[in-house]
Amino acid sequence: MNPAAGGQRAPFQHDATDGDPPGLRLSGTLDIAAVERAWGPLRERVRALAREAGDGVLRVDVSALEFCDGAGAALLHALQRDAAACGVSLELDGAGHMIEEQLVPYRELEEVTPVRGDRRAGWRHRTVQAVGKVGRAGWEQMAFIGELGRALMRALWHPRQVRWSDTLRVAEAAGFRALPIVSLIAFLMGVILAFQSAIAMRQFGGEIFVANLVAVSLFRELGPLMMAILLAGRSGAAFAAEIGTMKVNEEVNALQTMALDPVRFLVVPKVLAGILVAPLLALYANLIGLLGAGLVLQGFGIPWVAFFNQVTGAVSLSDLFSGLFKAGVFGLLVASVGCLRGLQTGNGAAAVGSSTTSAVVTAIILIVVFDGLFAVLFYHLGV
Amino acid sequence: MTAAEAEPVIRVEGLTMGFDDFVLMRDLNFEVRRGEIFVILGGSGSGKSTLLKHMIGLYAPQAGRIWIGGEDIAHADGARLETMLRGMGVMYQMGALFGSMTLLENVRLPLEEHTSLPRAAMDAVARARLQLVGLGAFADFVPSEISGGMQKRAAIARAMALDPSVLFLDEPSAGLDPITSRELDRLILRLARSLGMTIVIVSHELASIFAIADRVIMLDKESRGIVADGDPRRLREESAHPWVRRFLGGETGGAEVDNQEVSA
Repeated sequence: MNPAAGGQRAPFQHDATDGDPPGLRLSGTLDIAAVERAWGPLRERVRALAREAGDGVLRVDVSALEFCDGAGAALLHALQRDAAACGVSLELDGAGHMIEEQLVPYRELEEVTPVRGDRRAGWRHRTVQAVGKVGRAGWEQMAFIGELGRALMRALWHPRQVRWSDTLRVAEAAGFRALPIVSLIAFLMGVILAFQSAIAMRQFGGEIFVANLVAVSLFRELGPLMMAILLAGRSGAAFAAEIGTMKVNEEVNALQTMALDPVRFLVVPKVLAGILVAPLLALYANLIGLLGAGLVLQGFGIPWVAFFNQVTGAVSLSDLFSGLFKAGVFGLLVASVGCLRGLQTGNGAAAVGSSTTSAVVTAIILIVVFDGLFAVLFYHLGV
Repeated sequence: MTAAEAEPVIRVEGLTMGFDDFVLMRDLNFEVRRGEIFVILGGSGSGKSTLLKHMIGLYAPQAGRIWIGGEDIAHADGARLETMLRGMGVMYQMGALFGSMTLLENVRLPLEEHTSLPRAAMDAVARARLQLVGLGAFADFVPSEISGGMQKRAAIARAMALDPSVLFLDEPSAGLDPITSRELDRLILRLARSLGMTIVIVSHELASIFAIADRVIMLDKESRGIVADGDPRRLREESAHPWVRRFLGGETGGAEVDNQEVSA
């Protein structure tokens, strides 16, 4: 009955039958493997026979077919259509119950018209749709910023409504668990900065000033920036994937129908954790970076005490706090963009992937843009 | 040839399944015969779907063997496992269609990957499979554009793409309306009777069980084993277990609900 049923089956064969006009006789097992081999040659043969067939009928004897599966039926049906294209009707003689049954869907399909025939719309339609999509996305972002702002204000006035356990869980995942990678990158950054500048400075006998250079650039710029990019890659992506998967599984809808605001429930804890964790990570990155730089300067004959004095002389509190403030803003940006992209996720697994990508890309762009804005702002404020 | 005298396609021997220290079912023994519609029954949480996942080789048994066509699926690997898997079609509970592909592409995927059929033949087979489950007109839709019931039917079409000899269906009619559910039963009967497929179904829908099942086994959470094995109609009348008779008889043992009783 079935090919995998065990036992040897006769191979598929097609032979000409005697008679006038000549017909065909199919025998053996017409399964996928047989169809793979016979698809081209047999159709060619039937077309040739159909052209010869005088009285408009080509008889194909299938009584000796031991087995025919869905692919076999596809071939038989294709033969009938090939014959019909030559103006000949192909009659299957001795088709048993199985063959008839297998052919049913192929015959039915001739009557079926697709529910939506052509999915390719004209360029005008596509343009309108694309513009609409961009507009909708912009509108959604504005709405999200508004909702988030309101939710954050409410969290400020009613701190008891905030889901602090979620916030702490996120803070642990985004902050504490990030310490190894932050340590590695910050340390290497300190080492590389110190080493590169020390080589140049040595020509002027100014190796000691490497400490100033590294400290100021780390505290004001590189510490917060590096940390924010790491946060975007590690946690912004995770937020988008988590919320996106919840969206796909209709968990976000479930929250809404339980009259729970997804922004308060899912977004606020993550954003608060981001704001909380980012300055701490930046501070940690600064210190580890200094450690790396200090180690390098040991090799250039500058002792720890001299390095420490130089750093405390070079970095003011305003350098430190402007950097940490920036880090806090970056944390807010990364977390809220991650959540926004998560909430914008469409249907299916691929949509989760694209919102994760978009969360990281958007976050990095925003980080760079805001960093530039802060540079101008701090310059004018004299910070 | 009736199913009762046909050779076994699947033989489960002394199967113990569970997770880590937790044993879900102990020492299961049964056979599925060729051309049979075989239904795995059981209450919620009794391990029906888990048993199915053992039978298709997704989970490794804690003990025991699962013979499919003379090979133990838990210990098969490489080319042998691939041959075994090609002979089986599986429909998952939620359909598990690939969301980024149209229905046609979903059904065509196994053909593309496992056969060297010409493109036209693959398309024809895939469309016919969709037509067989009544979705011939929806070939160009992506799964998110159609209903849950249609997704399930499309998943059956995909499971049948390679003409498997055994078809596994995990809760095919759960979440469907009675009419669609009967249509699905009719399809399953047709596949088994006309095309000679062996079909293993996880279900707890009584109406379809009596309509289509040749044999049922019933898993029991309490005793962690099979409490009934046989023809569902006969079990309903003759089973030694009162619980089995109640389950198959549709009685809920005092848990019946009458919408009049609580009204004020």
